[in-house]
This record gives sequence, C-alpha cells and structure tokens, in this order.
Amino acid sequence: MDFLTIIQVLDGTIRLAIPLLLACLAGLFSERAGIFDIGLEGKMLMAAFFSAAVAYSSGNAWIGLLAGIAASMALSAIHGIASITFRGNQLISGVAINFLAAGLTVLIAQDWFSQGGRTPQLSGAARFNAIELPGALTRIRDIRDAGPFMQLYSELISGHSILVYLGFLTVPLTWWILFRTRFGLRLRAVGESPEAVDTAGVSVVGLRFAAVAICGILCGIAGAYLATAIQAGFTKDMTANRGYIALAALIFAKWRPWYALYACLLFGLFFAIDNRFQNIEFFGIGLPVQFMQSLPYILTVVILAGFVGRAIPPRAGGEPYVKER
Amino acid sequence: MPDTQPPAIELRGISKAFGPVQANKDINLSVKRGAIHGIIGENGAGKSTLMSILYGFYKADKGEILISGQITHIPDSQAAIAAGIGMVFQHFKLVQNFTVLENVVLGAEDGALLGPSLSKARKELTALAAEYGLDVDPDALIQDIGVGMQQRVEILKALYRQADILILDEPTGVLTPAEADQLFRILGRLKEEGKTIVLITHKLREIMEITDTVSVMRRGEMTATVETATTSPEALAELMVGRKVLLRVEKKPAKVGALVLEVRDLKVTDDKGVQKLRGISFDIRAGEILGLAGVAGNGQSELLEVLGGYQKAKGTIRMNGEEIDLTGRHSDAQSRRARGIAHVPEDRHREGLILEFQAWENMAFGYHNDPKYQKNALMMDNDAIRADTAEKMARFDVRPPNPLLAAKSFSGGNQQKIVLAREIERNPDLLLIGQPTRGVDIGAIEFIHQQIMRLRDEGKAILLVSVELEEIMSLSDRIAVMFDGQIMGERLPEKTDEKELGLLMAGMAGEAA
Repeated sequence: MDFLTIIQVLDGTIRLAIPLLLACLAGLFSERAGIFDIGLEGKMLMAAFFSAAVAYSSGNAWIGLLAGIAASMALSAIHGIASITFRGNQLISGVAINFLAAGLTVLIAQDWFSQGGRTPQLSGAARFNAIELPGALTRIRDIRDAGPFMQLYSELISGHSILVYLGFLTVPLTWWILFRTRFGLRLRAVGESPEAVDTAGVSVVGLRFAAVAICGILCGIAGAYLATAIQAGFTKDMTANRGYIALAALIFAKWRPWYALYACLLFGLFFAIDNRFQNIEFFGIGLPVQFMQSLPYILTVVILAGFVGRAIPPRAGGEPYVKER
Repeated sequence: MPDTQPPAIELRGISKAFGPVQANKDINLSVKRGAIHGIIGENGAGKSTLMSILYGFYKADKGEILISGQITHIPDSQAAIAAGIGMVFQHFKLVQNFTVLENVVLGAEDGALLGPSLSKARKELTALAAEYGLDVDPDALIQDIGVGMQQRVEILKALYRQADILILDEPTGVLTPAEADQLFRILGRLKEEGKTIVLITHKLREIMEITDTVSVMRRGEMTATVETATTSPEALAELMVGRKVLLRVEKKPAKVGALVLEVRDLKVTDDKGVQKLRGISFDIRAGEILGLAGVAGNGQSELLEVLGGYQKAKGTIRMNGEEIDLTGRHSDAQSRRARGIAHVPEDRHREGLILEFQAWENMAFGYHNDPKYQKNALMMDNDAIRADTAEKMARFDVRPPNPLLAAKSFSGGNQQKIVLAREIERNPDLLLIGQPTRGVDIGAIEFIHQQIMRLRDEGKAILLVSVELEEIMSLSDRIAVMFDGQIMGERLPEKTDEKELGLLMAGMAGEAA
C-alpha cells in the first residue's frame, strides 16, 4: 500500500465522515438539551430529497440546501411539538419521523419526476462541486508524480465541496456555543436538570425548541450534502442508516463535540476502507467483502453494547419535563 | 416606625386545586419585613404548594400576592426573582455536573458570552461569602460536594439574584444537627441584614428555636398565625393535627433478654468499588431497641439491605446463635423472613409497596407462600388474603380500611401502617425498621411509635434506623451512630444529648465528650 493509496483512503474517510459528523452534532444539540432524537435518519433523508429536488428545478445548489434545511426543520418541529409540547414518547416520535420520511420522499419523487422514486441527475451549479484550493493539482497523473506533501495537499486537503469545510467548522463552533456562551450553559443545564432551569426563571420549552431547531438545521445540511455533494441526486433510502450510526458515534463521543469528530472520522474510515478494498488480506486470511461492509455496523453494536466505557447521557434525556406535583 | 411599613409578603385569599385535591383553600398570610416566619404543618397540608405559588412555580386559581404592599403578579419564577423572592427547594434545583459558579450564574447571566458573567459572579461570591459566612469553592462540581454545601449554593443563588425574601422548604431534612445550627446562624445574619425569611418545616423544635412568628397549616387551610414566643410545641402540634397529641412515647424500662442478632465486621463494597460498610459490629438483644443514627447516605441503607437479604456482604451475622448466609443461595429476603427477620424498608414507595397494586396484594408480598393464603397447589386464596388484610387494617387503624384500594391512594402515614402491619403481625424475632415516620403525619407517628414500643415490650429485638435524631433519642434503648460506613460510637439515650450525637454524626469521634 503506497502513500497515495493511504491518502486516498483518508480522503474517502473525510467525504464519508462529514454527513455522519453533521448528523452527530445535530443529535448532540438535541440530546444535550434532553430530547432524544432517533429521527436524525428521517430528517437527513427528507433534506436529501428536497435539496436535490429544489436544486434540480432551480439549478442552484444553495437554494437546494435551504430547501433541505427547511424540510428537515419541519420534521424537527413535529418532533418538538410531539415530545416537548405534548410530552410524548421521544423514541416513538423519532421512529414515526423515520417512517414518514422513508415513505414520503419516494412518493413525492415518483409524483414529481416519475423516475422510480429518484430525482434526475444533478449537474453544474445544481451540485456542490469540489473546490480546488490554490496551487492544488487536479489531474490524477500530476498528483501521482508529485511529492508526498503535494499529494497530501492536493488529494486530502483540497478538492472537497464547501460543505465539507463548513462541516469541520461546526465542530469548534459547537464547542464554543456549548461551553462559552450563555445559550450553551442553559442548553446543557436543561438536559441535565430542567427544574434548575425552570426555577432560575428560564423557559425550558423555549430552550428545548431552540435545540431541536438547531438539530434540524444540521440534519438538513447533512442530507443536502449526501444528495447534492457526494451524490448527484436523490435515490431511495440514500441515507443508508447514517442517522443511526451518527447516534452510535454520539454515544461513543460521550456527547462532546471534539470526540464526536474523532468518532465520526473512525466510522468514516471504516466506510472508506470498505469502499476502497473489496477484499482484504489480514494476516494471510482473506476477509470476505461482506465482512468489510458490515464492519461499521459491527462497531456500532460494540459501542452500543457499552464496550467503550461508561457513557453517561444527559440526566434528563428522554424525559418530558413536568413540574412535580 | 416598623409598624407603618407594609408587610414584606401579603397573601390574600390564595386557592389552588390539583384536580379534585384542594391544596390551598383561601389562604391569608402576612409576613413582616425583616422577620423569620415559620410555616408549619403536616405533609400534604399545602405548605410547599403555597410557597411554590409565591415563587411562581404554580399558578394560584384565586387570590392575590402583595410584595411590600404592591399587588404583584407572579406568573413564573422569572417574575418572582424580579420581585426579590428567592427559594431554596427541599429537593435542590442544581445541575449536578456543573460547578458551583455555573449553577449560581445559570439564568442570571449578564450577556450572551459566559466569560464576563462567570468572573463577575466569582467576585460577588467572595463578597457574599465574607458577608454571611457562606464559604463554598466556586469551582467544585455539585456532585462532589455534600448536601450542606449544596444548600449553601442554593442560598447563594438567591442572594446573587438580590433576593430580599428567602423561602426555605424543609431546609434541615438532609443536614446534621451541626449543619442545621450553622444554617440557622446564616439565617440569623440574613435577618440582621434586613432580609425576610420564610421557613417551611414540620419540625417543631426548629420553629421554636429560630422563628419570630409562625403560621400553622392543616389540610390546605391556614389555621393560625401566632408569635412564637407566646406558644409551645404542644400547642402547635395540636393546631397542626386538630387534636391533642403525645409528642413523647411512654417508655417502660427495657426487659433485655437473650442475644438475638450478632453482627461482626460487616463489609459492603458497591459496584463502583466504593466501600459502603467498613467493618460494622453490633449486637441486639431481645426486648431492646438499638437506634442507628446518622446523616442519610452513611451506610445505614446498605446495612438494612444486607440484613434484609438483598445486598451481599462480607463478615458474619448470627441470628439466634446461627450463622446467616451472606453471599450464597440463602442470602435472599425470603430466607431472612424464614429466620424471623421482618423488614420495614426505608423507602416504602420503592421497596415497601407497589403503589399501583391494591392494599390486599401489598399485604401478601413476601408472605405469599403462607399456607393460609393458598387455595390449592396452584391457586392463591384471594378471599382469604383480603379478609386477612381487612383484619390487619382494622387493628392498625388504616384509613380508609378498604383492602381493595390501591396503595397509592392512601396517605403516607396509612401506607406506612400497611407495611408495618404486614411485617409486625408475622411475629418476628427481629424487626428492621428504616425511617419509620418519614413523610408520616404527626398523628400516625404517635401510633407507629406506640407499635414499635409494644413490640419491644413483647420481647422482640428491634433495629431502628432513622435520620430524625428526636425519634432515635425517644425510642432507643441504645444509640449507635454511623458515619462513612462505620459505627462511630454507642451511647445511652439518657447519658447523651443531640450535640454529642451530632458530633459523632459528623464523623468526629466523641471519646472526649
């Protein structure tokens, strides 16, 4: 395995980690505020469809992105009303959102485009195209002949869509909001002890809706990235359970932004390895392709089974806030 | 001219219902500025509800609130804070994994960024600490500090928000006597500074000790407001219950018999690896009550769990001379009952009863294999259980005496009587009883204490675990004090006082005393 191959795998890691990361941070905002959100998957899927559909008809990826965010936030609002206003069961609301998104996207896609539940291929400005940083080589042959630093720069650092760079920026931004602002303090407090927030004279409902709205925005970007940056259009169930893997990554990351980045990169790496190598030799034993494909999911199960040390979720997570009687 | 000043708080005709339950009925109350005003009443009398209304936590159905003579509308806590009201709830409203500083600042930040707020609060806390003797480490996490400290944080929160009126709901429930005295000193200082303090409690001693005036509540109504100096504990108790109450149980000299329970070097380590019991040894003989005093969380619960058969332990326990299995197949509650150990657990809602189940079902728990309860090899004789329950309810004066009522529908005192009836009526050799009167009204306390005494006079051995020092002092024949998983010392009730026990409870070995 030469250096360029490693870089190419890492490049794939980044591409595949970004949607996970955005969804994971979306979940982080929601769960830190005490609202469990199993509906990340559905929100991403809805956003993927609407961003692709609107990007196709407008010819502008940015308008598509806004449409994706709006679609995702609409689902967030449903989740918020069900679990905050009506104090419903957060898991059931999330599952319902996933079902709704899975069915509705295909149904509308078929109705609008009649292409078997997908959107037409996007091209040109309807997609978020790769940004070549200054001085980066673009042709494969040039990269192959370049030195390792140039290879690293051109292949790994340069050549991603704007959403990738934005995605990475959300990590320090999330950290800063959570730990350096008044909003962050209150957000963390409401997920730990809503009664402390309430008696301090701050609205529990307002904070939780704000968190759920941010969750919607980030899921919207994640979905748009899938449909208008990685892929060129929406296909049925294109989120491929990334929403659930993001939740696993969130637990792995113990609800912390920087750990979330590392966790998502790890998952991204598994997906990238699987994409790159169909068969892999491991100490002389050929591992079948199915094993490689299932690796991220095996990791998910291992994480969820609690093999990575005790992860303490926000104390009030999943519990609707009711003033005690 | 203090008399021309409007009262700090005036409540007029406050009413509040939760569904069919009328928690507050047409309450009028006036609290003088700069006074410490006590509100006393039994559990469920409506004290906490009334104060929660004042703090904007609940909305009153009717009535108005005047703060310093001004009609003030308090729809939420924000409004209460703005009106200069601070509240220290019985269950602290703190974020466990935040620092003291973060908890103080939460909701009272100065701007969108945290940094300036935190450094301002840090300075302010130092000033408040100096002024009122409220020292706390601003950077400590709440989960790492004791309840006494946590309570200080709650008071600091209120003062940081510039509260003039401070409401404290049952503030001494979790404190050692020494910590309670310290709290009272702080309250005294606050009073000197002109703050108005409302103290909600069910402890008569505290009312007598610290308040200037006292209001008594019973069943949602304000029954009286009197100057503390002109009343007595007996008179207040009568106002609370509505009839004469015996505050002290009659105690005949103990007729101590054979050794019943022998505990040697008992050790328990919890699943986090923390040692909860560090080598406990004691004896209990027939016909005596060993009172185990201590602040909650110093290993008393674990000790009861071990003796009751649902916590494994190292060490030796002998019951009537025979060794008890502490780790193996016979270390369960069933085997303990078979040995003549009855257990009235500390937390009757979690361990004593299933609240959703009816009284007769609860009466059978743990004794469901009783041959009397079986119809045949397969079926239980529910009629027999109900009849038995009705009989026991009558003997223990459970109200209402209806075996078909769900356990949750009974008041705290009557729930406790159900558990007590179930355990005592089995004629055990040893009764384990934890917090027998927690959340129990004064009238029922009297009855429960009499039952415990009756059992002792019948020659049973009794282990009484309670955080209420008064209860321990009045019932026990011997008193052992627990601190940090150890027994700090044993005293005779007639040869000790609350002060000495308080020192032991705080972990200070009192050999010199």
